[in-house]
Amino acid sequence: MGKNEVRADRRYTKDHEWAKREGVEVLVGVSAYAVDQLGDITLVNLDARPGESIEAGKPFGTVESVKTLADLFAPVSGRVLRVNSVLENAPETLNDDCYGAGWLVAIEPAKPEEYDALMDAEAYTAFLATTDH
Amino acid sequence: MSAAPEAPLAVTPIHAEHVALGARMVPFAGWHMPVQYRGLAEEHRAVRTAAGLFDVSHMGELELEGAAATGLVDELVTQNARKVEVGQAVYTVACNEAGTILDDLICYRRGAEKWLVVCNASNRPKIAAHFAAAAAPLVAQGELRYEDASDRTALLALQGPRGLEIAGKLGGDGPALADLRPFRLRDATLAGVACVAARTGYTGEDGLELFCRNEDAVALWRAVVAAGRPLGLEPAGLGARDTLRLEARLCLYGNDIDETTNPLEAGLAWVVKLDKPSFRGKAALERVRAAGVARKLVGFEMRGRGIARHGYPLCGTSGQPIGTCTSGSPSPTLGKSIGLGYVPAAAAAIGTELRVDCRGKLVEAVVVPTPFYKRPQR
Repeated sequence: MGKNEVRADRRYTKDHEWAKREGVEVLVGVSAYAVDQLGDITLVNLDARPGESIEAGKPFGTVESVKTLADLFAPVSGRVLRVNSVLENAPETLNDDCYGAGWLVAIEPAKPEEYDALMDAEAYTAFLATTDH
Repeated sequence: MSAAPEAPLAVTPIHAEHVALGARMVPFAGWHMPVQYRGLAEEHRAVRTAAGLFDVSHMGELELEGAAATGLVDELVTQNARKVEVGQAVYTVACNEAGTILDDLICYRRGAEKWLVVCNASNRPKIAAHFAAAAAPLVAQGELRYEDASDRTALLALQGPRGLEIAGKLGGDGPALADLRPFRLRDATLAGVACVAARTGYTGEDGLELFCRNEDAVALWRAVVAAGRPLGLEPAGLGARDTLRLEARLCLYGNDIDETTNPLEAGLAWVVKLDKPSFRGKAALERVRAAGVARKLVGFEMRGRGIARHGYPLCGTSGQPIGTCTSGSPSPTLGKSIGLGYVPAAAAAIGTELRVDCRGKLVEAVVVPTPFYKRPQR
């Protein structure tokens, strides 16, 4: 995983979450840029539970590194189908594979247009270039 | 992701080296400093198992020399400066008349009448003014020379179990530094650079702190990195410095101690010599001691899932707030989450159960002995 790798198969928020449509669900995670900024990730708290609804832009958990804590914001609204329970005991999975095994939650989207409004890889790459880092 | 700083940041003489090494640079106390190079956990581990090299040139260095120097240091700090031997250093605090802490310091006695006082970067203007004000009449009488030498002095901290071995490879006086005892210092030439070498640090590991002139700092930095890399040395940033010092229960000014805390409640009674005839803050600290401290800075470890952070409320088992976390972090060495905080003296006993209010979630914690980490005797 490259330091600021951006993958073309998904979309992104300004808070550095990614969303990837897979069949009926949208998988959600955090970008390589976010992981790099956080450093060694030591705790992932997913407040959202399967069956609950979450709303785009609202926090659904936190991710903590040695240095700091960051809120996780839902990129799209919908019902939580699954949460990645691996992260409870292996938060470092985010450092190792934030675009794969380090996914956070799977959402059944309520408003498909929200996904389409997210930044694509090109727009997110341009956004990162304007971010102070 | 952070807003642009208001004032231009100061840089140390080694700044370009950090940038070239790919360090993440952050604003810290008005300086542009490396927070990490390869990674906090890796740097932390290197210091515990081999060695790390820190640029801490942002810290303040005050120089005092003359017949009145020892008396002035003794008046301004809580330790007994008169009992410090030539070539010895002492950790201490400077208090105000209210007995609360202006800064924590290491005072190095370089000669019978010659002192080097090292203060935190964030407190340098305050401490330099504090010492300058006390020094002024003595300077006027010709009994003291006083200088804030911070702007011409660089400071490298070579820390870790292999630190002295690495110093030994720098030539000059390097091999002889193995005979320097803890909290002792001497003038030394290392890699051709004239410096003051002290067996002090802020990591809980053995090691050296090396003071040199700004213009020599890059040469010394490069020589230590080159000699140390084959032995496992990593350049280490402020991130690892913070987790290392927390494991060793070394206070961080601005977090654990400040002008609202006194050294007795901060667990620093051992640096307060109330049997000295006089020092700044003595009367107030005598009153604190007579009354007993109302609260204590304790160490705790998290039993539940959560990381305590500076400012999080500490609560009793029924959730009532009783104090505040002053420092908290996952401990890379121990593999658990630890913290420091003030609690009422009645809740300070080892084994006392606490709850940490982690942004609305009450997470179980327990008061534990400190330091959290003590280096093995080698």
